[in-house]
Amino acid sequence: MLIDTSTIGLVEVEEGTKVLPPNLIITSIDKVVNWSRLSSIWPVTFGLACCAIEMMAAGASHYDFDRFGIIFRGSPRQSDCVIVAGTVTKKMAPVLRRVFDQIPEPRYVVAMGSCACSGGIFRTYNTVQGCDTFLPVDVFVPGCPPRPETLMEGMILLQEKMRKEHARWSAWR
Amino acid sequence: MIIEVRMKFPYMKMDPLEIAEKIKEKFPLEVVDVISFRDQVSIIVKKDKIIDICRYLHDDPELDFDHLRDLCGVDYLGKKEPRFEVVYHLYSVRHRHMIRINAQVPEDDPKIDSVISVWAGVNWHERECFDMFGIKFKGHPDLRRILLPEDWEGYPLRKDYPLKGPEKEWSGFAEVLEKAKKCREFDWEG
Amino acid sequence: MEKVEKILETRELNVNMGPQHPATHGVLRLVLDIDGETIVNVTPYVGYLHRGIEKLGESLTYFQGLPLTDRLDYVSAMSNNIGYVVAVERLFGIDPPERAKFIRTIVGELSRISNHLLWLATHALDIGAMTVFLYCFREREWILDLFEMICGARLTVTYPRVGGVRNDVSQEFLDSLYKFTEEFPTRIPEYETLIDKNRIWLKRTKGIGVISAEEAINWGLTGPTLRGSGVQYDIRKHTPYDAYDKVEFEVPIGTNCDTYDRYRCRMLEFRQSIKIIRQCMEKLPQGPVMADTPKFTLPPKDFILKDMEHLIHQFILITKGPTVPEGEIYVATEVPKGELGFYFVSDGTGKPYRMRIRAPSFIHASVLPRLCVGHLVADVIANIGTIDIVLGECDR
Repeated sequence: MLIDTSTIGLVEVEEGTKVLPPNLIITSIDKVVNWSRLSSIWPVTFGLACCAIEMMAAGASHYDFDRFGIIFRGSPRQSDCVIVAGTVTKKMAPVLRRVFDQIPEPRYVVAMGSCACSGGIFRTYNTVQGCDTFLPVDVFVPGCPPRPETLMEGMILLQEKMRKEHARWSAWR
Repeated sequence: MIIEVRMKFPYMKMDPLEIAEKIKEKFPLEVVDVISFRDQVSIIVKKDKIIDICRYLHDDPELDFDHLRDLCGVDYLGKKEPRFEVVYHLYSVRHRHMIRINAQVPEDDPKIDSVISVWAGVNWHERECFDMFGIKFKGHPDLRRILLPEDWEGYPLRKDYPLKGPEKEWSGFAEVLEKAKKCREFDWEG
Repeated sequence: MEKVEKILETRELNVNMGPQHPATHGVLRLVLDIDGETIVNVTPYVGYLHRGIEKLGESLTYFQGLPLTDRLDYVSAMSNNIGYVVAVERLFGIDPPERAKFIRTIVGELSRISNHLLWLATHALDIGAMTVFLYCFREREWILDLFEMICGARLTVTYPRVGGVRNDVSQEFLDSLYKFTEEFPTRIPEYETLIDKNRIWLKRTKGIGVISAEEAINWGLTGPTLRGSGVQYDIRKHTPYDAYDKVEFEVPIGTNCDTYDRYRCRMLEFRQSIKIIRQCMEKLPQGPVMADTPKFTLPPKDFILKDMEHLIHQFILITKGPTVPEGEIYVATEVPKGELGFYFVSDGTGKPYRMRIRAPSFIHASVLPRLCVGHLVADVIANIGTIDIVLGECDR
């Protein structure tokens, strides 16, 4: 027996999501999967230089990251994204690429700080001019170092990006 | 437990020029020059007997230089001959005086004896000097690059090395760029 | 029996604690050769953060090289700036005004407290005490708020300048600082009750990382790492700079040469720093905060657009740099981690011919093999914490 949706009291909460009180929600798979992903982004700890201190401050009690569901994991196999915080040098680049390759799909990269975005003030022989030369970066967070609030804004932008994704949940994408 | 010390035990701080005189007396042939600038004295020596000079500075009870503060290299390309100088900054914790020794190293034979038998902490300083200038230290147990990758070519702190790096990229980083390019151009849908 | 003995053979294991590791305080790579749980050898690999600051410093003027020093020991940026500025001032032969010296002493001691808070947070977190991490960051946010009140930046401050400091402090800052010096000494016992007499802490830090006084001096250690072994060496007492000869303070010295004593040294240094800040605040004189030497320091901004002479000086100092006498100089200051030394070789132009940074973390990282051999794998983490390294300084 099919339910006649015109007679029952469905409430449209937002575009594309309907709720039948008290406990039935009708929506698309995209929305559910995206919502669950953005509410629990788990980055792998990749603090390199000064920006790592601001990242730690953002995760500590004053500017809490845990309320967004962001918990720092030690292993790349158990995480969703990598926040590249600090200067990437040519000696460190293969290590970073290897850590990024180990993160299972779907994965994201946040380049935090001027040095990760574009090399910063170091235009020298051992500094990579921006980690986007060898990584696909999703969000650039500028600053030297960016305040913890700026990093939170960067994570919220990443959440917005995840919200708009389409069909990134299937094996055959 | 922790004791908070209020008394200073007696120390005998010598004037740097007196220290220079003492060294000149003991090693008259090795000392090339003594320069004084802003109350600090540099003693320029030849590199051949550097271990004897350092051992004398370490063991003599009046001088007692038991703390090596710093060891670095300087490249005087075009300014003076010989080209390199290895600079030792020494300090005596008991007597509270400091001296600077500059050992001249020529360009065609950039080798000097390692003073690791006198101060154990000079290990990494000499590795860094080798890494940045190419000066080899004879008798060092493990002389390889420390700050740059082991297969890097060139010595960055020399004056003829460009700041932005040479034209040819280091092989390790070139591999990473290759791999990233292949991943970007890979046909995921196909 | 013989057959069984032949099958059971043991071998040394090579374990890599890679550059990406939650407990290595930055990008430090350690290769451990272990026999069971006991360490036979440790080989540290550094250089993953080598940015070429020394070579970059040779192509910038003395004023432009100052922001580079913020990024060396990024945990206590004010102290690095003070070290650079004291060295450059001695090279130029100028003297900052008294008010600037006292202000620099105040911010230097504040950055010492902030560095030791972060050290305690990460050291305790690695050993397993997670609450201390959150408590210490709460205090550290207070200090960073104070820094923001002075100069607008939390971490990379660039507030001490050649010839003095950038701008004067406001009354609001002094009031907040006074409140800080009243309340902070009540917070220190909070950390101590958590870990001082805790059985796990004592087991993990007593008798670990022992190095005798003569050996420590021979290896070139400085700072609390050396003072934990009983050596009375503090540059603030031996060759005072800024206002350290005008304030009274004590330097805590350890007796047992192990990790626990170094921890106690740093905890006592908290209290001494508060004492110094209080004395500086009482003795703070009135006056200018920037030296009046037009050939070597930048003129105040108000005069540049009104007076031709100041405009010319500003132009020459910014573009070409000051005219510095030729010579070499080495000046060391006491940063929270040890002795930071700057060695300048000047050739008469506005840019240094050679800028050498003697970083304490570089030497402390080299002593890690000597401290770890013979102990267990878990003690490596305690040793990394006690020598207090920061890789930005170690690799430059």
